[in-house]
Amino acid sequence: MLKYFVPLGAFLLLVALLAVGLKLDPREVPSPFIGKPAPAIEAVQLDAAAGTFSSTSLKGKVWLLNVWASWCGECQREHPVLTELVQGQNLTAVGLNYKDAASDANRWLAQFGNPFTSIVADPQGKVGLDWGVYGTPETFIIDQQGIIRYKHIGPMSQKAVTEKILPLLAELRNGGKP
Amino acid sequence: MTYLKEGKCYSPLQGISVGANNIRPLHYLLLILMLLLPLPAPASIEVHQFNTPAQEALYTDLIAELRCLVCQNQNLADSNSELAQDLRGKTYEMVMAGSSHTEIIDFMVTRYGDFVLYNPPVRQSTLLLWLGPLLFLLLGLGILFAFLRRKSRQTSQPLSDSDRQRAEQLLSGDKP
Repeated sequence: MLKYFVPLGAFLLLVALLAVGLKLDPREVPSPFIGKPAPAIEAVQLDAAAGTFSSTSLKGKVWLLNVWASWCGECQREHPVLTELVQGQNLTAVGLNYKDAASDANRWLAQFGNPFTSIVADPQGKVGLDWGVYGTPETFIIDQQGIIRYKHIGPMSQKAVTEKILPLLAELRNGGKP
Repeated sequence: MTYLKEGKCYSPLQGISVGANNIRPLHYLLLILMLLLPLPAPASIEVHQFNTPAQEALYTDLIAELRCLVCQNQNLADSNSELAQDLRGKTYEMVMAGSSHTEIIDFMVTRYGDFVLYNPPVRQSTLLLWLGPLLFLLLGLGILFAFLRRKSRQTSQPLSDSDRQRAEQLLSGDKP
């Protein structure tokens, strides 16, 4: 009997391993930033008249950083979800306009709407590199102490917002208690 | 930093007007020979200037060791994604600024995590990865030994007289 059950068991184990492997997304590289202080941003804004943006001005606030670009199709798909989240939660949202031309970015914002409180221009991707960005869109949530609490890679879905982001925001605003 | 954008490639035939009337067999031969010339592929990788051979060696080592996060099965040296270009640029900048190998690796790991390394560090979470091959080797050896021991335990049956006779007949070529 054992003669038959050992190969069958081994086969089922292999199937289980492969099934788990299929469910994993290799694009989702865990960020080493979770729980670490957010890198300081000191950069010009997309709206040149607004001067330099400094992330120290957001100390004491829960804020969101969204990496986007006008050339990024997924950002467009994410846009309504992001807008609803930002407006519904009255959240401070900083946009990081990644490797984009200012004219294209402004046209995109005029067409789809601007959910951001301020937008940092990062035409060379230097700020992005500091934040470990490797694609667009990416979204970070930073707490009152300036610690990165969450990173979302790829477009935010409504599901991710309800299941992960909203509970986290509620917890952060409640002073760290769930 | 010099980015060599996709170079334009000029055909050696450009500027030579070849009328239909004056094509001779020799021209055809020449044309075929020219087509066989290896045109330099338009290189899209950056050209960097280094001050010392040590800096160049460090840069070459690093871009071979660091993984591109977009084309995940390529290192920075192989990948031509924009991110890889940026990270090569950053590596070059840091090499020229005099950063050491460890400093540059640390810089990348704090931003992109262990994933950026092709050579993962030994940690609790990577222990299975490092010891896995050894475990499989031990498992294989175990199975092999168990198999061999079972084989050697099987005592061979002594040949019966009738079998021996039959074997002798077969060997001598006689029909039984």
